[in-house]
Amino acid sequence: MANAINVSNLGKVVRLPTSELRILQDVSFQINQGQTLAIVGASGSGKSTLLSLMAGLDTPSEGHVEILDVNLSSLDEDGRAKLRGDKVGFVFQSFQLLPALTAIENVMLPLELRGDANPQAAARDILQRVGLGERLEHYPRQLSGGEQQRVAIARAFVVQPSVLFADEPTGNLDTETGRAIVDLLFELNQTSGTTLVVVTHDEKLAARCSKILRLAEGRLLQ
Amino acid sequence: MRIIRLAWRQTWRDLAAGEIRLMLMALVLAVMAVTAVGLITDRAESGLQQEANRLLGGDAGLRADTPINPDVAASAKKLKLDVAETAGFPSMVQAGESVSLADIRAIDSRYPLRGEFRIRRENKTAIENVQGGPVAGTVWLSEDAARKLKVATGQRIGVGDVSLVYTATMIQEPDAALDYFNVAPRVFIALDDLSKTGLVQNGSRIQYRLVVSGKKSDVQGFIASTKKNLQRGQRLETSDDARPEVRSALERAGRFLGLAALVSLILAAVAVALAARRHSARHLDGSAVMRCLGASQSTIAGLQLGELFFLGLVGSAIGITLAWLLQMAVGVWLSSAMGVALPQPGMQPVFAGFAIGFTVLIAFAVPPILALRKVPALRVLRRDVPLTEPSAWVVGLLGLAGLGGLLWWKADSATLASIILGGIGITAAVLAGIAWLLLRWLKKVRQGLRGPWRYGLANLSRHEGMTLAQVSALGLGLMALLLLTFVRTDLLSRWQQTMPADAPNRFVINVQSDQLDGVKKFIDNEGLKNVQLFPMVRARLQEVNGKKVTGADYEAAGMRAQRLAEREFNLSSVAAFGEDNKLVAGKYWSANHSGDREMSVEEGFASSLSWKIGDVVSFDIAGQTLTAKITSLRKVEWESFKPNFFVVISPGGLENYSASYISAMHVPEGKISVMDNLVREYPNLSVIDVGAVLKQVRSTIEQVSRVVESVFYFSLLAGLLVLLAAVQASQDDRMREAGVMRVLGASKKQLRLAQATEFASLGLLSGLVASISASVIASLISEQVFNLPWTFNWPLIAYGVIGGSSLALLAGLWATRKVTQVPPMETLRAL
Repeated sequence: MANAINVSNLGKVVRLPTSELRILQDVSFQINQGQTLAIVGASGSGKSTLLSLMAGLDTPSEGHVEILDVNLSSLDEDGRAKLRGDKVGFVFQSFQLLPALTAIENVMLPLELRGDANPQAAARDILQRVGLGERLEHYPRQLSGGEQQRVAIARAFVVQPSVLFADEPTGNLDTETGRAIVDLLFELNQTSGTTLVVVTHDEKLAARCSKILRLAEGRLLQ
Repeated sequence: MRIIRLAWRQTWRDLAAGEIRLMLMALVLAVMAVTAVGLITDRAESGLQQEANRLLGGDAGLRADTPINPDVAASAKKLKLDVAETAGFPSMVQAGESVSLADIRAIDSRYPLRGEFRIRRENKTAIENVQGGPVAGTVWLSEDAARKLKVATGQRIGVGDVSLVYTATMIQEPDAALDYFNVAPRVFIALDDLSKTGLVQNGSRIQYRLVVSGKKSDVQGFIASTKKNLQRGQRLETSDDARPEVRSALERAGRFLGLAALVSLILAAVAVALAARRHSARHLDGSAVMRCLGASQSTIAGLQLGELFFLGLVGSAIGITLAWLLQMAVGVWLSSAMGVALPQPGMQPVFAGFAIGFTVLIAFAVPPILALRKVPALRVLRRDVPLTEPSAWVVGLLGLAGLGGLLWWKADSATLASIILGGIGITAAVLAGIAWLLLRWLKKVRQGLRGPWRYGLANLSRHEGMTLAQVSALGLGLMALLLLTFVRTDLLSRWQQTMPADAPNRFVINVQSDQLDGVKKFIDNEGLKNVQLFPMVRARLQEVNGKKVTGADYEAAGMRAQRLAEREFNLSSVAAFGEDNKLVAGKYWSANHSGDREMSVEEGFASSLSWKIGDVVSFDIAGQTLTAKITSLRKVEWESFKPNFFVVISPGGLENYSASYISAMHVPEGKISVMDNLVREYPNLSVIDVGAVLKQVRSTIEQVSRVVESVFYFSLLAGLLVLLAAVQASQDDRMREAGVMRVLGASKKQLRLAQATEFASLGLLSGLVASISASVIASLISEQVFNLPWTFNWPLIAYGVIGGSSLALLAGLWATRKVTQVPPMETLRAL
């Protein structure tokens, strides 16, 4: 099976006024297409930094990341944005919905940015699948946390991404809602064959993934 | 295409969600304020121009001492202009046994083309406004003519060979103010009767006039073509020939209206700049998410610029529509206040509205909004990622350049635009500098304060960048409003001084040297105050610095100079000048001057003839030569209505020349008959009634004052609304913090006190700097642009400071009122 993500010798150093802080060092691993991966670790272990480098949201100080055989370091900022738009989806802890857009408009946004001809039908369809068929015209502030995260998941899956990054997707939700969201995430992942990368504290969520990476002080624990 | 479609959708979505309503409101207000002031100014200016033209009886005129060639009238008609003709000359008239010298005016049935005659017809008490002179076979008399001839309506008056029936009394002529030195009582006849009088003969001193009216461009065409073909003895009349006090009132009013338009422009810029800052701040997260979802930098820039474009289009259209409705309402009121039918405004302010909307957006909103394209996608994971702020230099310079361009365009006066632009630049810099120093100081002071006071002041110093921007914006806005207030106060008080209740209403001329003591005694006995007699000698220019000059020498200097060099004018002599004369160069002679003959010249007169201090000028006075050296130049306040002269000779300088004397005095209504007694005692004296002229000038100035007042109040209102919007534009952070404080248990009182402290300090700071800057700029504008002397106005500075802090306080408390009225969670979620 082909590699969806290939991370080799990845490191990130932040310069402080008097010293250097090594947030991540020498991280290497591969994930195959359709696999699910959990990145776990304590706060400050470098999980979110690793995610941001894998998704091309930030640039590494050393090493490189390949997504679907494309080396992110060979792309400029706009090139990475295009790759994200075409192949990558995101789900965030704080949902990151645009407050000025209704639920359906939020889901339509990535399709519109891509220039799809009929974004409305696809958006409506997926919102119905996540159980929000009745709340299409609601603004984020009119939705509960769980509902907002459902909209975010719908927005992530509507472009049928090859890779989906989820950063603490249940971090802002209560246990019950969190479980429902995770179920939804895995269900959609299974039906669409997406490669799923989840950053989490939640061991139960991690246990549902086919592969787990543990981080401590910026290094991978074997 | 895709980006435009997306931008269009984003605009509507943002509008529906209320995200860009504030920005839209700021833009609508900005465009509305500038356009409405523009439209109202446009109408008021054409109204005032009409008023000026009313004094001419038309939009332009041609005066000639020989009959005007019918070709002139024909060519004016070809230009689609209305044409009317009059003729005037002195002649004796007779009524029964009474005979009097009269100024005969023969008028056609269309004159005046602008304004109206006010007459009282036979056996009627009501005054009628009419156009066109008396019908053939009848005559109208001025009130003093009727008094002199001792006739009543219905009786016959002999004018030359014809006998005409006296049918109406002239109460007011629109063009009376044109030249009030027509000594004799006025008699009005139909132009058709002129030839029948037999008074038109070779050598008759008849002044023919042809006036035209019509569209501005057509009138300009007439003026240009007539100027080219002007013959000897002919003179063009435009509104510049109106009385100087009226002309200067109109000019100053025009400049004031221009200033009001500039002020609304500055306010507009302030509002949009602040709203754009907030707009950009609120779109940061959204842009980061879009970057995450794959939008390229150019897509984000395109989306934002596209949204700005649609916003500009919608905002300007709404602003212009509202301005149009507003000017219609104000127009009705203004029209009745001015007593003239105001012409509809032109389309120019409408196009200007769009241009202003977009220029303001480009200059003030584009930099912060374009900075959004540089938002790092990483912000979706980490909010502490540093942002790329647009360079303060770029923002400042682009804003100043945009504003500068608009000011230049709207100001009409380079001096005005430069003073204001320089003032804004310096004020903004001073405001930012002082605010920065004050923030440093506040940081220290707040350690010693407690509770809400400390929190309020802490807020100011914590959001340093925002506070600096807000103090500058609020200060600039206040400065603009105060500037308008200062200048308007100066202008109005000046006009009030111009027309004091005891302004002279009678001129007495032709007093001979041997009658001086008797006349003085008579005046004293009657208790008339402040009466001074000035000698008057008719003189013609002969030599300048030993070189003979004629009108031809001044051909290059223009028509006015040529006329001044050719015509006779009055020389006078005084020991000391009154307050209505201001020395601008050289030195006045002492009251007990003896020695060489010196002369003082009015500066405009001197500059027309290129005379300067030290020049030696000779005049021809009935064959004798008078030579004097120019030792001073004066600025004359013609508004004083007192006798004033272009050329004044030092004391004793006119002693050897035969002079008559002139005096001006205020004769109270109840004492008018005193003047008849004076003339009875000295029959050679002529008393000129300038009461009617005075009344007309006063009414013009009152109308102009009303225009200035109404535009001022409108600008003030628009300005306050814009400032309110501006303060509201930066409330998000405060709302968020207040929400958190509520969560932490702060009471309503504590919260409001903290907010009040913050806003009042903000307003106090802005108000103080704004008041001082406005005073300095107003002093420059008053002296350089309005030619008004300026005095420092402490009370107005105090009003500025108090007004500024109250405004900021009220606007701020209003904008944050929700935080104490709704549950904190709702406040926090709404942001």
